[in-house]
Amino acid sequence: MIDRLSSEEIAAAVRSASHELFSTMLQLPLEADAPYDETAEPESLDGVVALVGIAGSWTGTGRIACTPQFACRLAGALLMQPYEAVDEEVLDAVAEVSNMIIGNVKTIFEEKLGPLALSVPTVIFGRNYRTHSSGVPKWTVIPFQTGEDSWNISFCVIPTKMHPHPQAARPEVVHVA
Amino acid sequence: MSLDVLIVDDSAAIRKILHRVLIQAEIPLGKVHEAGDGLDALEKLKTETVGLILSDINMPNMDGIEFLGKLKENAALKSVPIVMVTTEGSQAKVMQALELGAVGYVRKPFTAEQIKEKLTGII
Repeated sequence: MIDRLSSEEIAAAVRSASHELFSTMLQLPLEADAPYDETAEPESLDGVVALVGIAGSWTGTGRIACTPQFACRLAGALLMQPYEAVDEEVLDAVAEVSNMIIGNVKTIFEEKLGPLALSVPTVIFGRNYRTHSSGVPKWTVIPFQTGEDSWNISFCVIPTKMHPHPQAARPEVVHVA
Repeated sequence: MSLDVLIVDDSAAIRKILHRVLIQAEIPLGKVHEAGDGLDALEKLKTETVGLILSDINMPNMDGIEFLGKLKENAALKSVPIVMVTTEGSQAKVMQALELGAVGYVRKPFTAEQIKEKLTGII
């Protein structure tokens, strides 16, 4: 059993799952930029963040972060109708996009890591908030460009036995200023 | 003869997309019912009769595998064909669904053509 996944392996899985979704159900352009590792969590976030947890022999979280405008464009592409502002349908569409991308990353990981379980997505929309994942040493951030829109997917995954709280995928604690 | 369908998914977006794909597939569609999870679906099936069920696997309250098991235990419902439409791509879950009696499986993300193709072989 392997005891670590490299940032390159994580980024490759995220890029593969994202390209599949964007070329089939969304039909939007997608360009991936070079991934990087982030050890400190963002000071402050604005916009839309979707979180999906992974649990099993490995524990982790996938996080999609984008602007409200891009969230509306994602929902518009998925549901084939325009959205001017973030509403419940937009948040549901972003949740499903995150579920499909992170879910397929999980399927890719399962080839190496064995069976994993997926949580239902959580979506947050607001301004000046922080997210925190307990016991996560680093996030691998994969930046994407869709037309003029910049957005990213971050992923952290570690063996559950190395997690300080191995009983479950860690809940995200959200501080709203 | 028109076909009444039940779509079971916790995502309203996916329910909407599948409804649209069913219309595009030009099958003789009757009523399309929606449920947000397996429990909700079993409640709907107490009062509605359908000829096809499309169900997700990962859902809150009652997941698609448990829903499928309950369906197949019910004499009145066990013959209704059920197709799993899900992000869950693990071989074990797919095999479990097929062994429990699902007639097909479509992995998300999907194209309208993939859904049409799958349904053509079933309806």
